[in-house]
Amino acid sequence: MAQIFHRSTNFISRFSVFSALFLIGFGVLAAIGVARSPYMTRQNITREQPVQFSHKHHVGDDGIDCRYCHASVETSAVAGIPPTKTCMNCHSVLFSDADYLEPIRESYRTGKPIEWVKVHRLADFVYFNHSIHVNKGVGCSTCHGQIDQMPLVFQANTLLMEWCLDCHRNPEAALRENLEDVFNMNWKPPDNQEEIGKRLAQERHLRTTAELTNCSTCHR
Amino acid sequence: MRGQTQEEQDKKPVARQHAEEPSAESCAGPPPLDLAAVRARLQSKTSTQYWRTLEELAGDPAFEELLHREFPRQAPSEWDDSVDRRDFLKLMAASLAFAGLSGCGRMPEQHIVPYVKQPDGLTLGKPQFYATAVPFGADAIGLLVESHEGRPTKVEGNPDHPSSLGATDAFAQASILNLYDPDRAQTVTKIGEIQTWSEFLDAAQSLAAVFRATQGEGLRFLTGIVNSPSLAAQIQTILTLYPKAKWHQWEPALGDGAREGAKLAFGTYVNTVYRPENAEVILSLDSDFLASGPGHVRYMREFYGRRKLPSWKINPLADQLPPEMRMNRLYVVEPTPSVTGATADHHLPLRSAEIAQFARALAAKLGLGGSGKVSPAAEKWLDVVVQDLRKYPKRTLVVAGEQQSAEVHALAHAVNAALGNVGTTLYYTEPVEAQPVNHLESFRQLCADMAAGKVDTLVILGVNPVYTAPHDFDFTAKLKKVANTIHVSSHFDETSQYCLWHVAESHYLETWGDARAFDGTVSVVQPLIAPLYLTHSAREVLAAFTDKPGVSDYDVVRDRLKAANPAADFDKFWRKTLNDGVISGTAFAPFSVSLKFTPASLPPAKESSPDELEFLFRPDPCIYDGRFANNGWLQELPKPVTKLTWDNAALVSPKTAEKLSLTHSIPSRGGEHGQVLANVVDIALSGSKVTAAAWILPGQAEGVVVLPLGYGRTKAGYTGTNKGFNAYVVRTSSALWSASAPASAITKTGDDYPLACTQYHFNMEGRHILVDATLEDYRKNPNFAHEHEEAPPKELSLYKGEAEFPYARDKWAMAIDLNSCNGCNACVIACQAENNIPVVGKEQVRRGREMHWIRIDRYYKAQSPTNDPSSYNQSLDNPETFFQPVPCQQCENAPCEQVCPVGATVHSAEGLNDMTYNRCIGTRYCSNNCPYKVRRFNFLRFQDWETPQFKLMRNPEVTVRSRGVMEKCTYCVQRINIARIESEKKNEPIADGAIVTACEQACPSQAIVFGNANDPNSRVAKLRAQQRNYSIMPELNTRPRTTYLAAVRNPNPELEKA
Repeated sequence: MAQIFHRSTNFISRFSVFSALFLIGFGVLAAIGVARSPYMTRQNITREQPVQFSHKHHVGDDGIDCRYCHASVETSAVAGIPPTKTCMNCHSVLFSDADYLEPIRESYRTGKPIEWVKVHRLADFVYFNHSIHVNKGVGCSTCHGQIDQMPLVFQANTLLMEWCLDCHRNPEAALRENLEDVFNMNWKPPDNQEEIGKRLAQERHLRTTAELTNCSTCHR
Repeated sequence: MRGQTQEEQDKKPVARQHAEEPSAESCAGPPPLDLAAVRARLQSKTSTQYWRTLEELAGDPAFEELLHREFPRQAPSEWDDSVDRRDFLKLMAASLAFAGLSGCGRMPEQHIVPYVKQPDGLTLGKPQFYATAVPFGADAIGLLVESHEGRPTKVEGNPDHPSSLGATDAFAQASILNLYDPDRAQTVTKIGEIQTWSEFLDAAQSLAAVFRATQGEGLRFLTGIVNSPSLAAQIQTILTLYPKAKWHQWEPALGDGAREGAKLAFGTYVNTVYRPENAEVILSLDSDFLASGPGHVRYMREFYGRRKLPSWKINPLADQLPPEMRMNRLYVVEPTPSVTGATADHHLPLRSAEIAQFARALAAKLGLGGSGKVSPAAEKWLDVVVQDLRKYPKRTLVVAGEQQSAEVHALAHAVNAALGNVGTTLYYTEPVEAQPVNHLESFRQLCADMAAGKVDTLVILGVNPVYTAPHDFDFTAKLKKVANTIHVSSHFDETSQYCLWHVAESHYLETWGDARAFDGTVSVVQPLIAPLYLTHSAREVLAAFTDKPGVSDYDVVRDRLKAANPAADFDKFWRKTLNDGVISGTAFAPFSVSLKFTPASLPPAKESSPDELEFLFRPDPCIYDGRFANNGWLQELPKPVTKLTWDNAALVSPKTAEKLSLTHSIPSRGGEHGQVLANVVDIALSGSKVTAAAWILPGQAEGVVVLPLGYGRTKAGYTGTNKGFNAYVVRTSSALWSASAPASAITKTGDDYPLACTQYHFNMEGRHILVDATLEDYRKNPNFAHEHEEAPPKELSLYKGEAEFPYARDKWAMAIDLNSCNGCNACVIACQAENNIPVVGKEQVRRGREMHWIRIDRYYKAQSPTNDPSSYNQSLDNPETFFQPVPCQQCENAPCEQVCPVGATVHSAEGLNDMTYNRCIGTRYCSNNCPYKVRRFNFLRFQDWETPQFKLMRNPEVTVRSRGVMEKCTYCVQRINIARIESEKKNEPIADGAIVTACEQACPSQAIVFGNANDPNSRVAKLRAQQRNYSIMPELNTRPRTTYLAAVRNPNPELEKA
């Protein structure tokens, strides 16, 4: 029986098979890439806020401590967005007639809260607790980046689960020796961080990796 | 709850249709239950057996097959839907594609809305607890209510409050749902038209002006029991202002027996406070004092405190029990099994009328005179009880039931006095109610005056008389004659529709109030949230009739308290009161009363014919007198003994059922494990008729038919309307609690009605699950709980061994003492509130899809210790009853974990079987592989995501699950995490007792203990070390962390012999 297809068509069929495999592989990789991209995670994207509040000015220039506004960061799961009253503590005197602070004054006058746009958003099934991280010596800038350099806040990290797990598997790298350094935006790990971290983990009774990576540590 | 079941019903009209026509021919299930066969089968047994349902006992192979199959043969497994397989697959493919696409989207933007001025003392993200109290009948349970940024989410008991001691009951737990009930009335209305509050105030004041001229001629107030000093003071003020006005009271589900009995015995109304902790022998005359009535939460703690047993080493030299091994003993005589009766050491079913005779005979045997006629068997029983009561002078207790007559109460007082119990196991105080009156007479008077046209204005506060009035009063017709009617209630209900004005009433968490507990202790009821709607309190409505209209309830309560406590620094006193939740020293002092009663002076008792049926009216154990009808949690809560949900049924004893040839059958369709088709009967009583489903209840006295009140509401709201049958329809004032009628009063209609009963779900097939012994046996054989145990070597593990899970730091475990559990259901509702567990509706419960993370199994025991076959009949007509709460067993070798294809349920380093909802794809393999059947699957989206009120109610610490996700008990992992974080911040180990699970916290009898099994000093480790400690099905080597302490009963050997 004569062959229906010429031998040369074998190339076409091989090419089709391999390119199909390649395309599928590429598609998967692309999907993974997109999911991790700043487009999806909103990493490095600044948001427009009702008042263009500058952390660079307040933290970097004025040197106000994180805890002046985020008062519950050491005691509670949430760091806390300050009430309008906190803004007015200073701005009833400073720049008290600046136009761009009108939303603050209006909120204080009318009792209607300011609606800030959330920058660091975790999924609803994630239960993150600020206080335990801060108390064990994980600094603000480890997760939030150098806030004192940000005129408008953006998310410095991906906040993906793999990013959380990186640290939960190796918390020693993030532990700061001096607990006051937790709020130091310019903290850099010393050269012997590995050694210090191990010691600190022991001193501060850190849980083992197995315990820190339990599902129920963050999901419930 | 609106929306929670509505959505699902709307989507499936076909499914609903099926529910309405449960035609017998479409059911391919086992044949109807044959009680004669059950008896025959029982007689052929020679060993102890535990059973949960009559079908199980009958051992019908078709029923067994039904249980074996997750989805019985020919059952359309998921949906009774018209969509065929092909269309279904097409739809699924499309939705999968879309689901994939929707997963690609970015998370939507969210806003953060901070306070403008943050309240003092509030830490964002941390709950606050406020002390308050929930008034209920002649009692109030002190509470600490959890508030998340101003939203009350969970109710806990106040440890400092005498009637709570830190625990709560199911009603208190469920009251949070009443607050957020979307069906609540939301504004003032006049003939259904929305009005403003000031319009109402104007109308009330113009009425008041008229009445001032006439001294209140024709002005009437109708309330339930009032135990609030401030409300009572307000009413008294009004009665002095209008001397001819009258105050009537009507509490439909609480009898006058206790009040009138006290009057008969002492010549005055008194309040009786029991001290079960001091009693060695307790006899209950139809009293459910461990589950209802004033003080029951405390009584449970005291009573079961005397039943906690230590470990025990056999000492052949000692033949007396050491003091710590002594248990109290409870005898119960009652017509229908209650929670108290179910856990009694000896239970004697007697008709209600016979109980009066029994009480007379008891008094006679104690030499108090009089006489009572009881059956020879009951007399034998009574002789033993009397002997036992005499053994412990001053340390026994006789309790009469709320629904029993004045005569029985007076006899109980006389017997307690004769036994010298007054002062040790009970004491008398002045009444807790502000104005004790005979409610029936008070209400009768009101009705008579209404009929005579003497009532011009009727103010009804909080009660629903159109629904609850005895039908011979014909209240509705009389109400229509009254010119001005004002109804204050939380819902626009049956009464509201006939009233001129309706004022939406605030929930107790929205308004200031005060209330007395069962011992007289005053608590201030503190609101946690401003009224959600335009609602007002009864105090504000009453104020409109005083010379201070418009006064706030805060001022009313505060002024009353100031007048009663002229402390130097009242502000300080007030703050302390609010902080503590109780005012110390306000409990009534015991006062001495002298008995002015001899049993011989009683008129001869009415003879009741044994051929007649006795119909009893009882409040429903879950929705009470109907006031909780619109509470989805309580509707879906399986009733403690019958395990029915969403319906009431006429309860009949097995023998009566045989006589009336009543039966029920189990249809097999669509995995409907919870569906029972019960015979429908017509009940004709005193000129009225009601149609009810009949339910056969082992342990009920022969010839007794119980008609639970509270169902058949016609205007309760979305959840409560048209559920069950209305027993008030056949209730008359002359037979308020029991009516006698010939057997012809009950006739079979030939129809069947589908009931949803959870006791047919998740059958454990008679394995070694519940273990019990008598105290005597425990003494002889302390190791009884492990006798039949077959424990494989520990090395036989599904894991790589201990190396993988050393549980080095914390090892969470729970121990449940079956000796202390009476199935009161407080834990079930506490769990539901804490863990955002949805309500699924009757339709879904019938398919075995209820979502409760903790279920309470009720077991009956069939035993013939003497191998005398006749005692097996006893097993059917008066079985020993046990309760076993079953949450997730948190196995160390968990079968569920091994089969999950996506790793959604994994082992934690502390030994929890973590459930990760966002990984779960709903294969349900885990549930299939769970030997304890504790996993619950969201077959549909049971949660209501739209109704805004429910968003406020949810616990923010727990994920709200969606459709297609498996869930189960987590040991309240949110509470574990919070306690762990707090202790780690202090660099300390987690203290024993720092983590309290929701079920443990609610449990009045402290039957549930949670803690770290690694800490030898923890309470749970000590319990686990006891000999009574056993795990369910140890032969599977699952090594559960939830273990049980075997039940030990303390029967009287004399009675065992007899």
